[in-house]
Amino acid sequence: MLEVCGADSLEDLFSHLPSEAKLNAPLAIEPGKSEYEIVDYFRERAAENATGYASFLGAGVYYHYRPVMVDTIVSRGEFLTSYTPYQAEIAQGTLTTIFEFQTMVCQLTGMEVANASMYDGSSAVPEAAMMAVRITGRDRILTSKTVHPEYREVLRTYAQHQGMPISEFGYVSGSGAIDLKDLEAKLNDEVAAVIVQSPNFFGIVEDIKAAAALAHRHGALLVMVFTEAVSLGLLEPPKDADIVAGELQSFAITPSYGGPFAGIIATKEKFIRQIPGRLVGETKDSRGNRAFCLTLSTREQHIRREKATSNICTNQALIALMATVFMSVYGKEGLRELAEQNLAKAHYLVDGLKKRFSGPFFNEFVVSCNGTPPETVNEKLLGGKIIGGLPLGKFYPELKDCMLLCATEMSKREHMDKVKEAF
Amino acid sequence: MYPENFRYTKEHEWVSVDGGVGTVGITEHAQAELGDIVYVDMPRVGSAVTQGKTFGSVESVKAVSDIYSPVSGEVVEANELLAANPEKLNDDPHGSAWLVKIRLSAPDEIKNLLSPADYQTYVGEKA
Amino acid sequence: MIRKTRPHIVQNEPLLFEMSSPGKKGYQLPALDVPAVDAKAVLGSDHVREEIEGFPEVSEVETIRHFTRLSTWNYAIDLGLYPLGSCTMKYNPRVNELVARTEALAWAHPYQPESLSQGAMEIMAELERCLAEITGMDAVTLQPAAGAHGEMTGIMLIRSLLEARGGARKKILIPDSAHGTNPATAHMCGYAVQNIASNERGLVDLATLSSAMDETVAGLMITNPNTIGVFEENIIEITRIVHAKGGLVYMDGANMNALVGMARPGDFGVDVMHLNLHKTFSTPHGGGGPGSGAVAVKKHLEPFLPYPRLKRVGDQWTFNYDLPQSIGKVRAFYGNFGVLVRALAYIMAHGGDGLRRATMDAVLNANYIRSMLEPYYDLPYKAPSMHEVVFSDDRQAKKGVRTGDIAKRLIDYGFHPYTVSFPLIVHGALMIEPTETEGKREIDLFVDAMISIAKEVEEDPQMVLKAPYLTRTSRVDEVTAARKPIVRWRPEATASKAAD
Repeated sequence: MLEVCGADSLEDLFSHLPSEAKLNAPLAIEPGKSEYEIVDYFRERAAENATGYASFLGAGVYYHYRPVMVDTIVSRGEFLTSYTPYQAEIAQGTLTTIFEFQTMVCQLTGMEVANASMYDGSSAVPEAAMMAVRITGRDRILTSKTVHPEYREVLRTYAQHQGMPISEFGYVSGSGAIDLKDLEAKLNDEVAAVIVQSPNFFGIVEDIKAAAALAHRHGALLVMVFTEAVSLGLLEPPKDADIVAGELQSFAITPSYGGPFAGIIATKEKFIRQIPGRLVGETKDSRGNRAFCLTLSTREQHIRREKATSNICTNQALIALMATVFMSVYGKEGLRELAEQNLAKAHYLVDGLKKRFSGPFFNEFVVSCNGTPPETVNEKLLGGKIIGGLPLGKFYPELKDCMLLCATEMSKREHMDKVKEAF
Repeated sequence: MYPENFRYTKEHEWVSVDGGVGTVGITEHAQAELGDIVYVDMPRVGSAVTQGKTFGSVESVKAVSDIYSPVSGEVVEANELLAANPEKLNDDPHGSAWLVKIRLSAPDEIKNLLSPADYQTYVGEKA
Repeated sequence: MIRKTRPHIVQNEPLLFEMSSPGKKGYQLPALDVPAVDAKAVLGSDHVREEIEGFPEVSEVETIRHFTRLSTWNYAIDLGLYPLGSCTMKYNPRVNELVARTEALAWAHPYQPESLSQGAMEIMAELERCLAEITGMDAVTLQPAAGAHGEMTGIMLIRSLLEARGGARKKILIPDSAHGTNPATAHMCGYAVQNIASNERGLVDLATLSSAMDETVAGLMITNPNTIGVFEENIIEITRIVHAKGGLVYMDGANMNALVGMARPGDFGVDVMHLNLHKTFSTPHGGGGPGSGAVAVKKHLEPFLPYPRLKRVGDQWTFNYDLPQSIGKVRAFYGNFGVLVRALAYIMAHGGDGLRRATMDAVLNANYIRSMLEPYYDLPYKAPSMHEVVFSDDRQAKKGVRTGDIAKRLIDYGFHPYTVSFPLIVHGALMIEPTETEGKREIDLFVDAMISIAKEVEEDPQMVLKAPYLTRTSRVDEVTAARKPIVRWRPEATASKAAD
């Protein structure tokens, strides 16, 4: 091969690089290792992580059972090792699953169109805000303080250079739900979008209809955010929202120390040209058979460059496929039953604890620790191989004596009883 | 090919003026270059446009082209046919698939535009 | 002659929604060990939905057959050469998949105590160290979720540094050969974009750059090797010109597979760059994600990196949030950890020498293809190729056959097409990147296929225009898809009905 290339050695192929740019020393990386050594290294690292603990953490990342089917499907090389389906004739597998994904996201959220997925829920929020800015021609964003704190931090990072001022409105101290009066007071004709999460960061189910009515009265859009997708098996879909931005980690995506996950954006048909990211559409091939392809690509960066709806290039196809398989395994009845189990477990766990908020909740809730620092309660639980809830002081100084607890279908009664005893 | 009563831009738009209102479209040459047109992004009725400035865009599957206004004035009508039938722009760019009607604020600007013969030469040279 | 493929039976398969029957299930939940609650009573009846209309109802066997049948409609690296230029479609080692699924890593919660996350944090720290070594940079953030996300992070870093120095400046210079994400990113970070025309060799023109570079320019976004697969031979001078006027140099690391172990951006004047771990470091593309867009920076940009940053305190890792100059968070938590695990496994398997060898093999493969195909396809830029080679369809276009048509015909020969019509500076581009994964046997089959197609174009261009012939799905009507978008299934909505 070298001869064909007219080169004497492999190094020859790099002889045109300026000598100042060339690396003249070997990389300081240990020699290559065998498969066994690699597996062993990661086993050792894993042993330094929590193993064998029961956990009551939620806060945007949830422990749900992953049906075996999911890894069976996503491990198939045809899905795992293929690229973005630009060549539709040999990518109908991926394209069809994305079309099914888009459809199921619409069915769940009550929206009319959904994209092929975003990086995650946190980055879907600023993308939804930017979308609202384009649609309304306004620039201000009003977000509830009960939206996941890290999502709001990401929103601020994205917004800082785009002339998109962000302000926040509060929650009712008693119920833990958004303060509609505060929202109304802060709404004006410059607001492009009102962002509300439901169930919110405290687990409380919000009144999306009321928030949407207020936003619409001022010509703003309502963006509904969700982090716990399983709740949609039971909760009324946010039909009054204009844009839904959410995280599908709950659908058979391992917590994986925070990623990779899959976010979504769904919206009304009339806003389809403002949606960011990839979209798959149905069409026909030249023989008249049903076929799918990427569509409306002129919104995207590779064509519109600096005028694109977003710089986003990829979606999270393989992760979205996990969610797609999960949704088909559970299906219509299963997702509801799963949601009902989560509801029942959380309501069992809360029984006997000092609930901080009175609003209706799904599978997460805030408890007061009766004057003890929540960290102390957690320390006690760790001794019994239980990871307790998330202390809230870091994100909400006014809740520094509280923690956020989550129960799912994987929470066992015996562990829940131990949690109750620790308070 | 290029109607005598139209005036043209180097960006491949045409305008036909009648009683202070100019009907604006894209040329046969432009539609052929773009290929299958899938979407037309139009200005709102009532919006102001300026000669030489963009007021919308035309999309094919894999390209977007800005539309530059041949005249200045106010948009008084946008062609509703194109919203549901963008393909008409390929079929009849000089006729039923006009884009917008503009009430001219500076009718003298027409002098800045190309005659049919000059436009023909211009696209001929380019091709 | 088509040597690599022969047709075989592929099954038809409806959509999940079309095969659903009421009441069919593919799951079983454990019996509830706590009392059931009445959802309407605890949530309020307004908050509880009716059934999820249209949601699938299928059995377990139907589910596995459904997705398995669909999978057979895909092409994949596991089936053969995937020469997509700029995408670096290399083999995805399966050991990486295994280790990423190690239970205490895959099930680690981002909010679990740091004392119970030391293994995960050590993995991230080690990967940061390796990536800094490979790029010749001083610090790395693993937070960005993909290449474009890394670009956004990088340009924000530049902006923050310049603001701290007195002013953000107005614009970013971008060569016309760049990926579309570059200008889109600059725009998202509040910068105007000024294109820099490439010279006749497809490289950044020093005179053009010098005249464009002034005190209003925040920096240059450069891809090196650039998108025609050529190393910017004047890179040292380029970075000097930008730095002389107080600007910074961002490098798009999409083509890093040409450099690992051979040259380091940190040594040739780059201030900040991203790496696509899903390209250079073998993590699977998965049909379009997930990726990871780690960003590496020089010392002067480190204070601005997204928080939190890993910090060693005693013998423990901890997350440091006390970074007052940080640009903030670009995504929740710490990044696509599962992808990071795979990338580190790849680096460990190769080691320093192995990484260098992989780079050399990737460049050899591209140059071999270039030499073999140059007699048949027009090579618009003759500068030496690195990891990819870009031809144009100039000769074939005379017969009415364009790059997209050749690509479709290549499918009949059993290959995924190269990247079509990019970069924009080459009219009718065929952008070919074989990667180091391929051996001579697979590459020779590809070369034969390309030569055979070139002959077909001469003899029977009409035949090529209608390809592919052997696929389950023939040419897809993208025009109708865009004119009448159908982006979800509806009970009666069929393509034919919606097209009325």
